[in-house]
Amino acid sequence: MGMRTWIESWPVYRQIRERDPLGRATTAKSARSAELRSRTATADRVVKSVCPFCAVGCAQNVYVRDEEVVQIEGDPDSPISRGRLCPKGAASLQLTTGESRRHTVLYRPPYGRDWQELDLDTAMEMVADRVIRTRREKWEDEQDGLRVARTMGIASLGGATLDNEENYLIKKLLTALGVVQVENQARVCHSSTVAGLGTSFGRGGATTLMQDQQHSDCIIIEGSNYAEAHPVGFQWVMEAKARGAVVIHVDPRFSRTSALADMHVPIRAGTDIAFLGGVINHVISNEKYFYDYLRTFTNAASIVSEDFRDTEDLDGLFSGFSEDTRSYDSTMWRYEGVDVAPASGKRDQHYEARVEDESAVRASETSERPEKHGSGGAVIGGDPAEDPTLTHPRCVFQILKRHYERYTPEMVEEICGIPRDMFLRVCDHLTENSGRDRTSVFCYAVGWTQHTVGSQYIRAASILQLLLGNIGRPGGGIQALRGHASIQGSSDVPTLFDVLPGYIPMPHAHEEQTLDDFVVGTSPIKGFWSNMKSYTVSLLKAWWGDKATEDNDFCFDYLPRLTGSHSTYDTVMEQMEGVCKGYFLMGENPAVGSANTRAQRLGMANLDWLVVRDFSLIESATWWKDGPEIQSGELRTEDIGTEMFFFPAASHTEKSGTFTNTNRTLQWHDRAVPPKGDARSDLWFMYHLGRIIREKLAGSTDPIDRPVLDLTWDYPLEEGDEPDAAAVLAEINGHDADGNHLNRYTQLRDDGSTRCGCWIYCGVYADGVNQAARRKPASEQDWLSTEWAWSWPDNRRILYNRASADRDGNPWSPRKALVWWDAENGRWTGHDTPDFERDKSPGYRPPEGAGGVDALSGTDAFIMQADGKGWLYAPAGLNDGPMPTHYEPQDTPFANLLYHQQRNPTRFVYPHEANRYHPNPGTPGSSIFPYVVTTYRLTEHFTAGGMSRWTPYLSELQPEFFCEVGPELAAERGLSHGDWATIVTARNAIEARVLITDRMAPLRVQGRTIHQIGLPYHWGPNGYSVGDSTNELFPIALDPNVHIQEVKAVTADIQPGRRPRGADRRGLVRSYQHSAGITERTGMEV
Amino acid sequence: MAINEEAGGQPVTAPGTDQPRMGFFTDTSVCIGCKACEVACKEWNMIPEDGLDFTAMSFDNSGGLGADTWRHVTFVEQREPLGHQETGVGRPEGAPVDLGMPSFERPGDSTGADERGEFRWLMSSDVCKHCTSAACLDVCPTGALFRTEYGTVVVQEDICNGCGYCVPACPYGVIDKRQDDGRVWKCTLCYDRLGDGLEPACAKACPTDSIQFGELDELRERANERVRDLREAGVSSARLYGEDPRDGVGGAGAFFLLLDEPEVYGLPPDPVVTTRDLPSMWRYAGVAAVTLLAGVSATFLGRRTR
Repeated sequence: MGMRTWIESWPVYRQIRERDPLGRATTAKSARSAELRSRTATADRVVKSVCPFCAVGCAQNVYVRDEEVVQIEGDPDSPISRGRLCPKGAASLQLTTGESRRHTVLYRPPYGRDWQELDLDTAMEMVADRVIRTRREKWEDEQDGLRVARTMGIASLGGATLDNEENYLIKKLLTALGVVQVENQARVCHSSTVAGLGTSFGRGGATTLMQDQQHSDCIIIEGSNYAEAHPVGFQWVMEAKARGAVVIHVDPRFSRTSALADMHVPIRAGTDIAFLGGVINHVISNEKYFYDYLRTFTNAASIVSEDFRDTEDLDGLFSGFSEDTRSYDSTMWRYEGVDVAPASGKRDQHYEARVEDESAVRASETSERPEKHGSGGAVIGGDPAEDPTLTHPRCVFQILKRHYERYTPEMVEEICGIPRDMFLRVCDHLTENSGRDRTSVFCYAVGWTQHTVGSQYIRAASILQLLLGNIGRPGGGIQALRGHASIQGSSDVPTLFDVLPGYIPMPHAHEEQTLDDFVVGTSPIKGFWSNMKSYTVSLLKAWWGDKATEDNDFCFDYLPRLTGSHSTYDTVMEQMEGVCKGYFLMGENPAVGSANTRAQRLGMANLDWLVVRDFSLIESATWWKDGPEIQSGELRTEDIGTEMFFFPAASHTEKSGTFTNTNRTLQWHDRAVPPKGDARSDLWFMYHLGRIIREKLAGSTDPIDRPVLDLTWDYPLEEGDEPDAAAVLAEINGHDADGNHLNRYTQLRDDGSTRCGCWIYCGVYADGVNQAARRKPASEQDWLSTEWAWSWPDNRRILYNRASADRDGNPWSPRKALVWWDAENGRWTGHDTPDFERDKSPGYRPPEGAGGVDALSGTDAFIMQADGKGWLYAPAGLNDGPMPTHYEPQDTPFANLLYHQQRNPTRFVYPHEANRYHPNPGTPGSSIFPYVVTTYRLTEHFTAGGMSRWTPYLSELQPEFFCEVGPELAAERGLSHGDWATIVTARNAIEARVLITDRMAPLRVQGRTIHQIGLPYHWGPNGYSVGDSTNELFPIALDPNVHIQEVKAVTADIQPGRRPRGADRRGLVRSYQHSAGITERTGMEV
Repeated sequence: MAINEEAGGQPVTAPGTDQPRMGFFTDTSVCIGCKACEVACKEWNMIPEDGLDFTAMSFDNSGGLGADTWRHVTFVEQREPLGHQETGVGRPEGAPVDLGMPSFERPGDSTGADERGEFRWLMSSDVCKHCTSAACLDVCPTGALFRTEYGTVVVQEDICNGCGYCVPACPYGVIDKRQDDGRVWKCTLCYDRLGDGLEPACAKACPTDSIQFGELDELRERANERVRDLREAGVSSARLYGEDPRDGVGGAGAFFLLLDEPEVYGLPPDPVVTTRDLPSMWRYAGVAAVTLLAGVSATFLGRRTR
């Protein structure tokens, strides 16, 4: 040290020189402080990623130093999140690098008392052997004389937390193995969305994107806890509010979403159709609808068949109901003389009639038109008769008007518990902010979907938004808020039993079904679904490559066939019955997250083998050792024969792939570091499982092995034998005959010259570039940011945006311009990619006899629909009616005020010892369960807890399971704040800490006070933060269209104190069942 | 030269540099209570998780700021009208002012459904105020606490010896001793990030931009504008807290927009730097010493002249 340095470092000298006489500022800075750097600045590299929690899809920057992830932060370039993260996203460093993750394979032999370690390769071989064995033992060539070529012995669950590429391989391999019970969280979360939005508009995804909410004039959040479950997306609501928009939250609970709204409207859980029906009635009877929009883009003028009878005529039933089968003959709801195939929902509904008819026509060759005569005088395809004056008594508009006439403000008050004036204020806000110059948006989530009438909840909002002219326009639309990173993707590239990629329906078993029969039976004559054959052939070519030829119907018979519902809940029943013996759980925890968790575990206890792939030992992996049934003595570990495999999973930072967010946007995330120990991606797992099975089956001459042996299954491998996810994405995108990447789905052909793994994703690899990896900063683009990642279909951000312009192609107003017709250049142009043929002029009218896409006129904005219209009335596609009707939930304290028909007559109910329902209101025993229970998410936790209850930074924020009750209920039942309460239903009893809060307001319904109880559903007995599972309480009672469970509204009792331990827990439940007089017939009424 | 002379002549930013004073503006009117700030802070600063403690205080299970909680979200459930922009948040004219002081009543003890009025739920993310006159800094005998070139107040973990003088000195009860290591910890306004041109972790994560980071002068302007806008929209109770350089701490480097009295959020209504009287005390002590000395001297001098 030189003299000068020595003097200069002397504090007194520095204090004088740096004018810090008291030595409190920079002179006090230590050497360590002087050298402090941020670990982001010193990282070796920054890897682009996407948050793995909810479906907002916040972009992340992953900082890597010395091959370790040292920090994860939001990426400010993202137009969706603008660099922000919620607590879960902010905790993703701890999630991925924390100590709670496991890195070794675990194995438990049948009847074993504990886990043992197992080598990864051996475990893979063992699982492959078990798949092969169970598949052979449980193979079905036929059922009831119809060819099915499948196994019901194996099922899989999970996919919404995985990448699209992983979902693709799961569906591809399992389908080729003949497994049809392939399911994921989308079934239990948003399946009703697909049927509800799909039948209304043509596609089952959100019609808009969160960022566009900033342009809304009124935002109605109903059936969603937006601020808590999607906090970063909620910034766009706040943005709108700052610009003067009105924000309304309709919800049983006053949540953090309500706290930021202008208005909170408390509602009795399970009555939203009555509420929305009331608004529809208000809009129609006060002529608040957007007439020009209605006339141009909806089916308001279409005439309906004389066979149709409304619920007003039949006291809550539509025409065509059969009590024996608990189902409708929906052909009675058709347009007059015309049969149209729906774009979503029950596509196969009129299959027999359509195919029969098609062959008759083919035989006689009497028609030159593409439309064919259907049975009963109905024509397949063609446009229905219209009454442009909307006055014909059987036109859709008049039917709709009559259907909702009795949904008055008084009725809404009596059913929903919403005071009349409050209801009218909502109506006023909504109608004043809809029309030519203003738009309103509806945001919903599982508060709407998870009901026995879930699909119809979504339909109700769709009808309302069509009446108000809010679809396809900026600031408008319906935002289905998804809750898993890729739950939209796991619906699009589905791990769902009833669909193939791109919402092509899985074929049902029919006699001698050819590919052409399938196409005729399930697709319309008009619109883009008329290209069903191109989409299907391209998929079959992607899966079976050169083996799929015109001569063998492109291997169409390699697809196993459905015979009814094979949803995850049907699988549970089959497990309890001993039909399904092997089960894969991939990032899903049904022992906590699915309805009736006890039934879930009893099903798993009856399996031969179970594979669990997750970060930690979740409840679905350890129920045989320490689950509630072991505690109660119902099951004994040494009696359980289920062979258990636990495989540690790779995190989002350890694998590459795409998530599809709630905006339908595919965002690519890059691998930052390889996974440690035995942890592997699900892409690795499925690929190598398939490889081993194929090696073991090689040389087999058994025809049941052909589909899996002929499968295209050669993906380039990267470091650690990880399949190249980009190669899988390229296969999903598709190739032409020369191997060039396809650019858009209109290039697909039905002659086998194109291959495409998911037609709606065609274009994500356009020009050979991974479009999902595009990260052009939001600051360099407009609000739609069409050069950030890629949205399906064809990078269109707001769907049906043709409807943002009037009949002539001009924007409805300059303030609400989105796309418009550029007459000079003869093309549609604007801010977004037009969701319309670029050069089809608004004045185009199809020539007589036109079919397919040519049959769409220049005003048919809903291009996937069989008639090009938004459906106010759904003449096909839904099992429980063409229009939403208020039915009470399965378990309810109230009678249906509107009709004698109490519940959805077509709902799926499952009488079983483990699945008892509550007595009807008014019958003896109904008062045993006097309160309404609803469930929800907290910001601080994630779904069934697998990614949050093991994460200390999240667990400490909400450390215990609690119930929210109002002070009045607390007084009624003697509950103490902060103490314990026991909540009981006919299924189970759980305990929770008590939070007494004014946020839970009692409601006046049908002249009496009704109390509601709020229960977050994240907890289970494992992990760092533990508690009972809310889903213990719920029955399996399903929507008939999509088989989603009703968990947003049930009844229960609540008592102070902790629940009984051991066998007494079942004893308490049985005593309640006894007092309520519950039998296997209770609640089973039609 | 950007010397901030607010603290009675005490510079709060580095003299001789162009570095403006940096701070936080927390706009609680857009806070959604998500606690991203708490987690982002813990992740960045590697703060230990501090136990599972179900408090039953609304959705607040962190309890308050402490050695292991540098950002803390307060939740206040109130019988006040929701903040709709049409009617305003303010209470009806002439109605008694409820200061929202803690009561001995359990939530909901004195209600019936019919008496239920309107209801609102306030959320606010609290943090170290980085005072202009920082008592913690004044009393620190080791130089562990120092004022950085950004005008923020930071504890240096390599210097702190855990004497704890600063703990009672803080008028907000922010700074706190970590039990197992003995040293004191609090928000550093991410001093390590600021040097690399980054914003603090909490402000970066905040989903609704309730936490804003920037130059203090500019933040004050923005905050005043926001209060004006809110009041114009009818939210008459909007007010700033800690932004006034004339207050008891000479203005805070982290200030807030509140929708009710500070007490409601658990903030002291009129915080005063606990070392406020230190200079005058020293002066009196000096005078006393001089007087004493003079007296003693006089005594001795007087003896000599006798």
